[in-house]
Amino acid sequence: MRRTRENPEVHAGSMADIAFLLLIFFLVTTTIQTDVGLDRKLPSDDVINHIDVNERNVLRISLNKNDELFVEDRVLGIDDLKQQAVAFLDNGGAIENQLLCDYCKGAHNPKSSDNPQKAIISLSSDRDASYGTYVQVQDRLALAYRELRNREAQRLFGQDFTAMEEKFYAAETKEVEKTALKVNIERIREMFPLNITEAELNVQSQKQS
Amino acid sequence: MSISRNHKRSEPAISTASLPDIVFMLLFFFMTVTTINNSELLVDNELPEAAAVNKLDKKDRIIEIYVGMPKKNLQKVLGTGPQIQLNDRIAHLNDVAPYVLSELSKKPEAIRNFVTVSMKVDKDVKVGMVSDIKKELQKAHLFKVNYTTYQGSDVNIGF
Repeated sequence: MRRTRENPEVHAGSMADIAFLLLIFFLVTTTIQTDVGLDRKLPSDDVINHIDVNERNVLRISLNKNDELFVEDRVLGIDDLKQQAVAFLDNGGAIENQLLCDYCKGAHNPKSSDNPQKAIISLSSDRDASYGTYVQVQDRLALAYRELRNREAQRLFGQDFTAMEEKFYAAETKEVEKTALKVNIERIREMFPLNITEAELNVQSQKQS
Repeated sequence: MSISRNHKRSEPAISTASLPDIVFMLLFFFMTVTTINNSELLVDNELPEAAAVNKLDKKDRIIEIYVGMPKKNLQKVLGTGPQIQLNDRIAHLNDVAPYVLSELSKKPEAIRNFVTVSMKVDKDVKVGMVSDIKKELQKAHLFKVNYTTYQGSDVNIGF
Protein backbone atom coordinates (compact mmCIF):
# COMPACT_ATOMS: atom_id res chain seq x y z
CA MET A 1 0.00 0.00 0.00
CA ARG A 2 2.69 2.38 1.00
CA ARG A 3 4.85 1.47 -1.93
CA THR A 4 2.30 2.45 -4.58
CA ARG A 5 1.77 5.82 -2.99
CA GLU A 6 5.46 6.66 -2.97
CA ASN A 7 6.36 8.33 -6.20
CA PRO A 8 9.74 6.97 -7.19
CA GLU A 9 11.93 9.77 -8.50
CA VAL A 10 14.15 9.37 -11.52
CA HIS A 11 17.68 9.70 -10.36
CA ALA A 12 19.18 12.61 -12.25
CA GLY A 13 22.61 12.35 -10.77
CA SER A 14 23.99 10.26 -13.60
CA MET A 15 22.59 12.54 -16.25
CA ALA A 16 25.77 14.57 -16.26
CA ASP A 17 27.83 11.44 -16.82
CA ILE A 18 25.71 10.38 -19.74
CA ALA A 19 25.93 13.83 -21.27
CA PHE A 20 29.69 13.90 -20.77
CA LEU A 21 30.01 10.57 -22.47
CA LEU A 22 28.08 11.85 -25.48
CA LEU A 23 30.09 15.06 -25.51
CA ILE A 24 33.39 13.20 -25.50
CA PHE A 25 32.14 10.92 -28.25
CA PHE A 26 31.33 13.91 -30.46
CA LEU A 27 34.59 15.61 -29.60
CA VAL A 28 36.54 12.59 -30.71
CA THR A 29 34.65 11.65 -33.84
CA THR A 30 34.22 15.07 -35.38
CA THR A 31 36.57 17.64 -36.78
CA ILE A 32 35.60 21.21 -37.34
CA GLN A 33 35.47 21.52 -41.09
CA THR A 34 35.87 24.78 -42.83
CA ASP A 35 33.22 25.71 -45.32
CA VAL A 36 34.59 28.97 -46.63
CA GLY A 37 36.97 29.72 -49.45
CA LEU A 38 37.76 31.85 -52.44
CA ASP A 39 35.49 31.17 -55.40
CA ARG A 40 37.16 31.47 -58.75
CA LYS A 41 36.15 30.60 -62.24
CA LEU A 42 38.73 28.90 -64.40
CA PRO A 43 39.06 30.06 -67.98
CA SER A 44 37.71 27.57 -70.46
CA ASP A 45 40.52 25.87 -72.33
CA ASP A 46 39.06 25.82 -75.80
CA VAL A 47 38.79 29.56 -76.10
CA ILE A 48 42.11 31.02 -77.02
CA ASN A 49 42.44 34.15 -75.02
CA HIS A 50 44.17 36.64 -77.22
CA ILE A 51 42.58 39.84 -76.25
CA ASP A 52 44.01 43.09 -77.43
CA VAL A 53 44.57 45.15 -74.38
CA ASN A 54 46.66 48.15 -73.76
CA GLU A 55 49.64 47.67 -71.55
CA ARG A 56 48.40 50.36 -69.23
CA ASN A 57 45.29 48.32 -68.50
CA VAL A 58 47.25 45.42 -67.12
CA LEU A 59 48.67 45.16 -63.65
CA ARG A 60 51.30 42.47 -63.68
CA ILE A 61 51.77 40.64 -60.44
CA SER A 62 54.19 37.80 -60.17
CA LEU A 63 55.26 35.50 -57.44
CA ASN A 64 58.68 33.94 -57.65
CA LYS A 65 59.89 30.66 -56.25
CA ASN A 66 61.03 32.29 -53.01
CA ASP A 67 57.52 33.60 -52.40
CA GLU A 68 58.56 37.15 -53.21
CA LEU A 69 55.98 39.38 -54.75
CA PHE A 70 56.65 41.58 -57.74
CA VAL A 71 54.26 44.18 -59.05
CA GLU A 72 55.26 45.61 -62.41
CA ASP A 73 58.76 44.20 -61.86
CA ARG A 74 59.22 45.91 -58.53
CA VAL A 75 59.36 44.10 -55.22
CA LEU A 76 56.37 44.81 -53.05
CA GLY A 77 55.45 43.72 -49.57
CA ILE A 78 52.27 41.68 -49.48
CA ASP A 79 50.63 44.17 -47.16
CA ASP A 80 50.87 46.91 -49.78
CA LEU A 81 49.32 44.82 -52.52
CA LYS A 82 45.75 45.69 -51.70
CA GLN A 83 46.47 49.40 -51.84
CA GLN A 84 48.27 49.03 -55.17
CA ALA A 85 45.42 47.04 -56.63
CA VAL A 86 42.85 49.55 -55.43
CA ALA A 87 44.84 52.42 -56.90
CA PHE A 88 45.16 50.59 -60.20
CA LEU A 89 41.52 49.57 -60.50
CA ASP A 90 40.12 52.84 -59.32
CA ASN A 91 42.40 54.95 -61.47
CA GLY A 92 39.95 55.85 -64.22
CA GLY A 93 42.50 57.38 -66.58
CA ALA A 94 40.28 57.54 -69.66
CA ILE A 95 39.25 60.90 -71.01
CA GLU A 96 37.04 59.78 -73.88
CA ASN A 97 33.36 59.75 -73.17
CA GLN A 98 32.45 56.12 -73.59
CA LEU A 99 35.32 54.92 -71.47
CA LEU A 100 35.05 57.61 -68.86
CA CYS A 101 34.64 56.30 -65.36
CA ASP A 102 32.54 58.79 -63.47
CA TYR A 103 32.60 56.94 -60.16
CA CYS A 104 36.33 56.37 -60.00
CA LYS A 105 38.05 58.25 -57.24
CA GLY A 106 41.62 57.36 -58.23
CA ALA A 107 44.46 59.50 -59.51
CA HIS A 108 43.17 59.64 -63.13
CA ASN A 109 46.67 58.87 -64.25
CA PRO A 110 46.67 58.49 -68.05
CA LYS A 111 49.48 55.91 -67.77
CA SER A 112 47.39 53.57 -65.62
CA SER A 113 44.11 51.78 -66.24
CA ASP A 114 41.33 53.40 -68.29
CA ASN A 115 38.45 52.18 -66.21
CA PRO A 116 37.67 49.22 -63.93
CA GLN A 117 35.99 47.27 -66.74
CA LYS A 118 39.16 47.38 -68.80
CA ALA A 119 41.56 46.85 -65.96
CA ILE A 120 43.01 43.37 -65.82
CA ILE A 121 45.16 42.00 -63.07
CA SER A 122 47.51 39.41 -64.43
CA LEU A 123 48.82 37.06 -61.80
CA SER A 124 51.63 34.72 -62.65
CA SER A 125 53.27 32.52 -60.15
CA ASP A 126 56.29 30.31 -60.29
CA ARG A 127 55.62 26.61 -60.01
CA ASP A 128 57.71 26.48 -56.88
CA ALA A 129 55.91 29.27 -55.07
CA SER A 130 53.98 28.03 -52.08
CA TYR A 131 50.25 27.70 -52.26
CA GLY A 132 49.85 29.56 -48.97
CA THR A 133 51.37 32.72 -50.43
CA TYR A 134 49.43 32.29 -53.64
CA VAL A 135 46.16 32.22 -51.73
CA GLN A 136 47.29 35.23 -49.73
CA VAL A 137 47.84 37.16 -52.94
CA GLN A 138 44.47 36.08 -54.31
CA ASP A 139 42.92 37.10 -51.03
CA ARG A 140 44.44 40.57 -51.07
CA LEU A 141 43.23 41.11 -54.60
CA ALA A 142 39.76 39.96 -53.61
CA LEU A 143 39.90 42.37 -50.68
CA ALA A 144 40.77 45.21 -53.04
CA TYR A 145 37.74 44.43 -55.19
CA ARG A 146 35.61 44.07 -52.11
CA GLU A 147 36.65 47.46 -50.81
CA LEU A 148 35.78 49.18 -54.08
CA ARG A 149 32.50 47.33 -54.44
CA ASN A 150 31.56 48.14 -50.88
CA ARG A 151 32.30 51.79 -51.51
CA GLU A 152 30.08 51.96 -54.56
CA ALA A 153 27.33 49.94 -52.89
CA GLN A 154 27.41 52.33 -49.96
CA ARG A 155 27.17 55.29 -52.29
CA LEU A 156 24.34 53.91 -54.42
CA PHE A 157 22.34 51.71 -52.08
CA GLY A 158 23.49 52.74 -48.63
CA GLN A 159 24.79 49.33 -47.63
CA ASP A 160 27.87 47.18 -48.03
CA PHE A 161 28.17 44.93 -51.06
CA THR A 162 29.09 42.04 -48.82
CA ALA A 163 25.94 42.62 -46.79
CA MET A 164 23.89 42.67 -49.98
CA GLU A 165 25.41 39.41 -51.14
CA GLU A 166 24.87 37.81 -47.77
CA LYS A 167 21.25 38.85 -47.84
CA PHE A 168 20.86 37.52 -51.35
CA TYR A 169 22.18 34.09 -50.45
CA ALA A 170 20.31 33.89 -47.15
CA ALA A 171 17.49 31.38 -47.25
CA GLU A 172 15.03 33.51 -45.33
CA THR A 173 15.11 36.41 -47.78
CA LYS A 174 11.91 36.66 -49.78
CA GLU A 175 11.83 36.07 -53.52
CA VAL A 176 10.73 39.62 -54.36
CA GLU A 177 13.54 41.09 -52.34
CA LYS A 178 15.99 38.73 -54.00
CA THR A 179 15.15 39.81 -57.52
CA ALA A 180 15.57 43.44 -56.51
CA LEU A 181 18.87 42.67 -54.85
CA LYS A 182 20.09 40.71 -57.83
CA VAL A 183 19.78 43.72 -60.09
CA ASN A 184 21.73 45.86 -57.66
CA ILE A 185 24.39 43.23 -57.11
CA GLU A 186 24.88 42.78 -60.82
CA ARG A 187 25.17 46.50 -61.27
CA ILE A 188 27.96 46.69 -58.71
CA ARG A 189 29.65 43.64 -60.21
CA GLU A 190 29.59 45.32 -63.58
CA MET A 191 31.18 48.43 -62.15
CA PHE A 192 34.08 46.43 -60.78
CA PRO A 193 34.24 43.09 -62.59
CA LEU A 194 36.68 40.59 -61.17
CA ASN A 195 39.31 40.46 -63.89
CA ILE A 196 42.09 38.34 -62.52
CA THR A 197 43.88 36.22 -65.06
CA GLU A 198 46.53 33.61 -64.52
CA ALA A 199 49.77 33.26 -66.38
CA GLU A 200 48.56 30.75 -68.94
CA LEU A 201 46.27 33.31 -70.51
CA ASN A 202 49.10 35.34 -72.00
CA VAL A 203 47.43 38.65 -72.36
CA GLN A 204 48.66 40.21 -75.55
CA SER A 205 50.08 43.58 -74.84
CA GLN A 206 50.10 45.59 -77.96
CA LYS A 207 49.21 49.05 -79.06
CA GLN A 208 51.37 50.84 -76.58
CA SER A 209 49.97 54.32 -76.52
CA MET B 1 34.62 31.70 17.57
CA SER B 2 31.29 30.07 17.79
CA ILE B 3 30.21 31.78 14.62
CA SER B 4 33.16 30.56 12.61
CA ARG B 5 32.69 27.01 13.88
CA ASN B 6 29.10 27.17 12.97
CA HIS B 7 30.00 28.46 9.54
CA LYS B 8 32.44 25.67 8.94
CA ARG B 9 29.98 23.02 9.88
CA SER B 10 27.22 24.24 7.60
CA GLU B 11 29.43 24.72 4.55
CA PRO B 12 27.02 24.31 1.64
CA ALA B 13 27.85 21.78 -1.02
CA ILE B 14 28.08 23.21 -4.53
CA SER B 15 24.91 22.29 -6.29
CA THR B 16 25.57 20.05 -9.24
CA ALA B 17 21.99 20.06 -10.39
CA SER B 18 22.74 22.39 -13.31
CA LEU B 19 25.78 20.43 -14.41
CA PRO B 20 23.84 18.27 -16.90
CA ASP B 21 22.40 21.40 -18.44
CA ILE B 22 25.83 22.91 -18.89
CA VAL B 23 27.21 19.73 -20.40
CA PHE B 24 24.24 19.36 -22.70
CA MET B 25 24.74 22.88 -23.86
CA LEU B 26 28.35 22.09 -24.72
CA LEU B 27 27.21 18.91 -26.39
CA PHE B 28 24.73 20.72 -28.59
CA PHE B 29 27.32 23.31 -29.43
CA PHE B 30 29.72 20.67 -30.68
CA MET B 31 26.97 18.81 -32.47
CA THR B 32 26.01 21.89 -34.44
CA VAL B 33 29.44 23.27 -35.31
CA THR B 34 31.01 20.03 -36.39
CA THR B 35 30.38 17.93 -39.42
CA ILE B 36 31.29 14.30 -39.53
CA ASN B 37 34.20 13.82 -41.83
CA ASN B 38 33.37 10.81 -43.90
CA SER B 39 36.72 10.22 -45.51
CA GLU B 40 39.83 9.73 -43.51
CA LEU B 41 42.57 12.13 -44.44
CA LEU B 42 45.76 10.51 -45.63
CA VAL B 43 47.54 13.80 -46.23
CA ASP B 44 48.35 16.77 -44.05
CA ASN B 45 45.82 19.43 -44.72
CA GLU B 46 46.76 22.71 -43.11
CA LEU B 47 44.72 25.15 -45.18
CA PRO B 48 45.80 28.74 -45.74
CA GLU B 49 43.85 31.63 -44.29
CA ALA B 50 41.92 34.22 -46.25
CA ALA B 51 39.68 37.12 -45.32
CA ALA B 52 37.66 37.87 -48.45
CA VAL B 53 35.97 34.50 -48.48
CA ASN B 54 32.69 33.26 -49.88
CA LYS B 55 30.67 30.64 -48.16
CA LEU B 56 30.77 27.26 -49.79
CA ASP B 57 27.66 25.88 -51.36
CA LYS B 58 25.65 23.05 -49.91
CA LYS B 59 27.53 19.86 -49.34
CA ASP B 60 25.84 17.94 -52.13
CA ARG B 61 27.12 20.43 -54.69
CA ILE B 62 30.73 20.02 -53.74
CA ILE B 63 33.43 17.74 -55.06
CA GLU B 64 36.45 17.69 -52.81
CA ILE B 65 40.07 17.30 -53.76
CA TYR B 66 42.67 17.11 -51.04
CA VAL B 67 46.30 17.86 -51.70
CA GLY B 68 49.12 17.73 -49.20
CA MET B 69 52.14 15.92 -47.92
CA PRO B 70 51.39 12.39 -46.72
CA LYS B 71 50.83 11.93 -43.00
CA LYS B 72 53.91 10.96 -40.97
CA ASN B 73 53.00 7.30 -40.61
CA LEU B 74 52.40 6.95 -44.35
CA GLN B 75 55.58 8.64 -45.48
CA LYS B 76 57.44 5.33 -45.63
CA VAL B 77 55.06 4.13 -48.31
CA LEU B 78 54.15 7.31 -50.09
CA GLY B 79 57.28 9.40 -49.71
CA THR B 80 57.32 13.02 -48.68
CA GLY B 81 56.23 14.68 -51.90
CA PRO B 82 52.76 16.18 -52.20
CA GLN B 83 49.97 13.75 -53.00
CA ILE B 84 46.43 14.10 -54.24
CA GLN B 85 43.69 12.44 -52.26
CA LEU B 86 40.39 11.73 -53.96
CA ASN B 87 37.70 10.30 -51.76
CA ASP B 88 39.70 8.09 -49.42
CA ARG B 89 42.61 7.03 -51.54
CA ILE B 90 45.76 8.56 -52.92
CA ALA B 91 45.55 9.21 -56.62
CA HIS B 92 47.65 10.29 -59.53
CA LEU B 93 47.18 13.55 -61.39
CA ASN B 94 45.68 11.64 -64.35
CA ASP B 95 42.92 10.32 -62.11
CA VAL B 96 41.60 13.76 -61.28
CA ALA B 97 39.54 14.32 -64.41
CA PRO B 98 37.89 10.85 -64.42
CA TYR B 99 37.21 11.19 -60.71
CA VAL B 100 35.45 14.55 -60.92
CA LEU B 101 33.45 13.40 -63.92
CA SER B 102 32.32 10.25 -62.17
CA GLU B 103 31.41 12.25 -59.09
CA LEU B 104 29.53 14.68 -61.27
CA SER B 105 27.52 11.90 -62.89
CA LYS B 106 26.45 10.72 -59.44
CA LYS B 107 24.79 14.05 -58.75
CA PRO B 108 21.21 14.67 -59.80
CA GLU B 109 20.99 16.33 -63.15
CA ALA B 110 19.32 19.46 -61.84
CA ILE B 111 22.30 20.56 -59.80
CA ARG B 112 25.13 19.50 -62.10
CA ASN B 113 25.60 23.02 -63.35
CA PHE B 114 26.13 24.30 -59.84
CA VAL B 115 28.78 21.85 -58.78
CA THR B 116 31.92 23.45 -57.38
CA VAL B 117 35.24 21.74 -56.93
CA SER B 118 36.57 22.47 -53.50
CA MET B 119 40.35 22.40 -53.50
CA LYS B 120 41.61 21.69 -50.04
CA VAL B 121 45.27 22.24 -50.52
CA ASP B 122 47.87 22.37 -47.80
CA LYS B 123 49.60 25.71 -47.66
CA ASP B 124 53.05 24.20 -48.10
CA VAL B 125 52.20 22.62 -51.43
CA LYS B 126 53.74 24.26 -54.47
CA VAL B 127 51.61 26.25 -56.88
CA GLY B 128 52.73 24.07 -59.79
CA MET B 129 50.85 21.10 -58.39
CA VAL B 130 47.72 23.19 -57.98
CA SER B 131 47.87 24.58 -61.48
CA ASP B 132 48.31 21.05 -62.85
CA ILE B 133 45.08 20.08 -61.11
CA LYS B 134 43.36 23.18 -62.42
CA LYS B 135 44.38 22.21 -65.93
CA GLU B 136 42.87 18.77 -65.40
CA LEU B 137 39.66 20.39 -64.23
CA GLN B 138 39.60 22.59 -67.29
CA LYS B 139 39.90 19.49 -69.44
CA ALA B 140 36.93 18.03 -67.60
CA HIS B 141 35.05 21.29 -68.18
CA LEU B 142 34.57 21.98 -64.52
CA PHE B 143 35.33 25.63 -64.19
CA LYS B 144 33.96 26.47 -60.79
CA VAL B 145 36.64 26.05 -58.20
CA ASN B 146 36.89 27.10 -54.63
CA TYR B 147 40.21 27.50 -52.90
CA THR B 148 38.99 26.35 -49.54
CA THR B 149 40.60 28.24 -46.71
CA TYR B 150 40.21 28.95 -43.07
CA GLN B 151 38.45 32.14 -42.16
CA GLY B 152 41.11 34.73 -41.43
CA SER B 153 40.32 38.08 -39.94
CA ASP B 154 40.43 41.31 -41.84
CA VAL B 155 42.23 42.95 -38.95
CA ASN B 156 45.59 41.24 -39.09
CA ILE B 157 45.82 41.88 -42.81
CA GLY B 158 46.06 45.60 -42.23
CA PHE B 159 44.05 48.64 -43.07
